[in-house]
Amino acid sequence: MKAALILLLVSASNVPYARAEWQLNMRRGVTDISHSIFDLHMLIFWVCVAIAVVVFGVMFWSIFHHRKSRGAKAHNFHENTLVEIIWTLAPFAILIAMAIPATATLVKMYDPSDADLDIQVTGYQWKWRYQYLGQEVDFFSNTITPSEQINNQAPKSEHYLLEVDNPLVIPAGKKIRFLITSVDVIHSWWVPDFAVKKDAIPGFINESWTNVPEPGIYRGQCTELCGKNHGFMPIVVDVRTPADYELWLAQMKNRKAEEQSSAQQSMSMEALMEKGEAVYISSCAACHQLNGEGIPNVFPALNGSLIATGDISQHIDLVLNGKTGTAMQAFREQLSAVDLAAVITYERNAWNNNTGDKVEPAAIDELKMAAKQ
Amino acid sequence: MMNTMTKVSHTEHHGPASGLGRWFFTTNHKDIGTLYLWFSFTMFLIGGCMALMIRAELFQPGLQLIQPEFFNQMTTMHGLIMVFGAVMPAFVGLANWMLPIMVGAPDMALPRMNNWSFWILPFAFAMMLSTFFMDGGAPNFGWTFYAPLSTTYAPPSVTYFIFAVHMMGISSIMGAINIIATILNMRAPGMTMMKLPLFVWTWLITAFLLIAVMPVLAGVVTMMLTDIHFGTSFFNAAGGGDPVLFQHVFWFFGHPEVYIMILPAFGIVSEIIPTFARKRLFGYSSMVYATSSIAFLSFIVWVHHMFTVGLPLMGELFFMYATMLIAVPTGVKVFNWVATMFRGSMTFETPMLFAIAFVVLFTIGGLSGLMLAIAPADFQYHDTYFVVAHFHYVLVPGAVFAIMAGVYYWLPKWTGHYYPETLGKVHFWCSFIGVNLTFFPMHFIGLAGMPRRVPDYALQFADFNMVASIGAFIFGFSQLIFLVVVIKTIRGGSPATAEVWDEPHGLEWTIPSPAPYHTFSTPPEVK
Ligand code: HEC
Ligand SMILES: [Cu+2]
Repeated sequence: MKAALILLLVSASNVPYARAEWQLNMRRGVTDISHSIFDLHMLIFWVCVAIAVVVFGVMFWSIFHHRKSRGAKAHNFHENTLVEIIWTLAPFAILIAMAIPATATLVKMYDPSDADLDIQVTGYQWKWRYQYLGQEVDFFSNTITPSEQINNQAPKSEHYLLEVDNPLVIPAGKKIRFLITSVDVIHSWWVPDFAVKKDAIPGFINESWTNVPEPGIYRGQCTELCGKNHGFMPIVVDVRTPADYELWLAQMKNRKAEEQSSAQQSMSMEALMEKGEAVYISSCAACHQLNGEGIPNVFPALNGSLIATGDISQHIDLVLNGKTGTAMQAFREQLSAVDLAAVITYERNAWNNNTGDKVEPAAIDELKMAAKQ
Repeated sequence: MMNTMTKVSHTEHHGPASGLGRWFFTTNHKDIGTLYLWFSFTMFLIGGCMALMIRAELFQPGLQLIQPEFFNQMTTMHGLIMVFGAVMPAFVGLANWMLPIMVGAPDMALPRMNNWSFWILPFAFAMMLSTFFMDGGAPNFGWTFYAPLSTTYAPPSVTYFIFAVHMMGISSIMGAINIIATILNMRAPGMTMMKLPLFVWTWLITAFLLIAVMPVLAGVVTMMLTDIHFGTSFFNAAGGGDPVLFQHVFWFFGHPEVYIMILPAFGIVSEIIPTFARKRLFGYSSMVYATSSIAFLSFIVWVHHMFTVGLPLMGELFFMYATMLIAVPTGVKVFNWVATMFRGSMTFETPMLFAIAFVVLFTIGGLSGLMLAIAPADFQYHDTYFVVAHFHYVLVPGAVFAIMAGVYYWLPKWTGHYYPETLGKVHFWCSFIGVNLTFFPMHFIGLAGMPRRVPDYALQFADFNMVASIGAFIFGFSQLIFLVVVIKTIRGGSPATAEVWDEPHGLEWTIPSPAPYHTFSTPPEVK
């Protein structure tokens, strides 16, 4: 038994990715708030240690000295009002001493006024959407950890499960206000290094803020159980210098224009299928599964489904507008016209769905535009 | 002190019925206590297997054994089964066995209802477990079942889950009524309230908590039911409802619920420590007042589970202060236990070992609870493994260790045999090592930033997760030793005396071991 355990431990430590990172404590983080919280955490921690040392000290001392085997005779005191009063009041005083800095920190955290930039953060099953209010920048952020790594068919990368396609980009040294909400279930947006954690709740908009002094890449995760892929909903924040941030902003606006123009070009069936498969894997497979079979009674199969092989306009409508009250989201805003055309074409021709139908990006673009007016 | 030996003998006029019928139709508090305890142990093993499945999947990063949707079913059912199937029924079982004897009553006040409270449970849990075989799988939204994940987005089996929760609630409420009626009405002459053993006191207060909050739980699942099937929108934002309302109602039940799972544990430990320290409990009346204040405070702290839902500042402050206050009466209890040991004459039989481990490890859980009460810091702790570490410390080496301590303590009284002491100690040490190996590292991975309820994790959490998984398997398999001990003791062993231990206090030690089928048909005189 013991030998087996040791063997297990030794073999485990040889696994390439089990790098020894025996981190014990909270991350100190990079913002003023995260530093105050860290200090508060250490303060309470040492208070608790002190209490534990005193209480357990007395206890183990009596366990050692007042045992029958050492001939201890039981005394028979069993009440002492003064002692009781003291050990009611002393903890009370300690608590007040802890409450004061805690209150101060909380008041600081609750002041989102005078923000330089407002970003709306929206939770979707299982991705984040970032909308820069007043900037016309709006994008989704999906996990990019490949399923081969998750299923142990490929070595895990350095930022396994903590990497996304489009990180949130913010300028350093500016006060950023986050407006956090959700379209489906409750999520929670957490970046430990900023000490920002706020629940994303459908029907509510929660406020939080940060001001990150140094550029860098900071990672976090969804922290409220939100369904099947709750563990695969990372957050990456790319903090840049204000100049780099402006550059990025300009690029994002350009990209939007490019997307618009490429939506007007016709695409070949092969190109659509190839693109469609990629979009399907990143946006649909989490629910409908790679093989299109879905999960019985939870997510319907698309292989052979009446909608994916039947009336095409119904299929397009469902993907663009989703179905309220179910996990099937509206993809109108999430995907570009090209991506939408490609993924619908793919669904109609993948697996055993051999409809031969092809959806042109221009047709989707028209529908998207029509809805905007 | 309480000389009742002579009175018991003439009460043994009839014994239990024979065959299976004895167990189905029994109204005897001892039989029903036994049923509860075996039921709870079975659930403990089933819930434990689920925990081991979870820990096996988390042994290494990546998905090895189970898929995320099944993982979520495992965490959900593990929590529900341990809370409602293992811990609560175990305490009710101990109450059934011991309360009538401790207050000098012949049985529970409402024996037929007692039979029913128990027999509802196997059906409730059979229904709950049957959801594993339904299309769409078992409930997968966590034991806290936050809407709308548990309503709009839930698998179809949620309706069965709701029905099962209703049945458990009815069972608990009936059990609580019975306990209150017994304690208030059936005490032997001279057994005044302030002479009640602490286990009786803590159960009395727990029973009031149960009556207060189980209907709230029933209410919240009923609101879910109408949201799912009858077109209401209590928790559906799209229909004008409020998902946060769910959390308020749930935790208004849920917070007192955690005290329901710990107050009787306080009672058990307060019985055991004085016996093995050979000294009266220090500060009996302050223990009663502390328990009552904890029960009162438990109703005004529920929002500390919701610090990150976006409350106004004043709300956060109020609930932070109220939560911190709970540390005061809880501290008093711990100090009293230590003062009881102080200058005693201690021996360390298995019940005492579990009781001492309870005091130490529960206090660790209490201290991490104090840290969680600090609202700004909770923004970093919330929904991470730090919370998982905290509540497992108060529930496993807390509630579960206390239950085991109680079983070892009273087993000779129940069976008439001493349990094998060495094997008991082996069980204790394996459990103690296993529990700490499992849950202590969870503090570290939580602080380092690992969210709870994830089937897979980033690489920097790998090492401690591996340790925790190894610990979980040690703890889990150690419980088979417990099973062996109990079966061995039922079957034989050196005969126990009526007192069982060295001069213990309480009416249960005045009746012979094993306790006769009927006790105190004529009330004892308590001086
Ligand atoms: C979060 C889970 C989820 C994701 C991601 C998702 N779907 Fe769905 N999808 C559903 C659910 C649930 C339904 C069933 C809705 C209902 O009850 O009618 C559905 C239904 C459908 C249907 C109709 C199937 C039928 O026969 O009824 C199609 C077509 C479809 N989805 C396409 C897509 C496409 C294309 C994507 C990716 C761009 C996608 N889905 C992403 C959950 C999802
Ligand atoms: Cu989420």
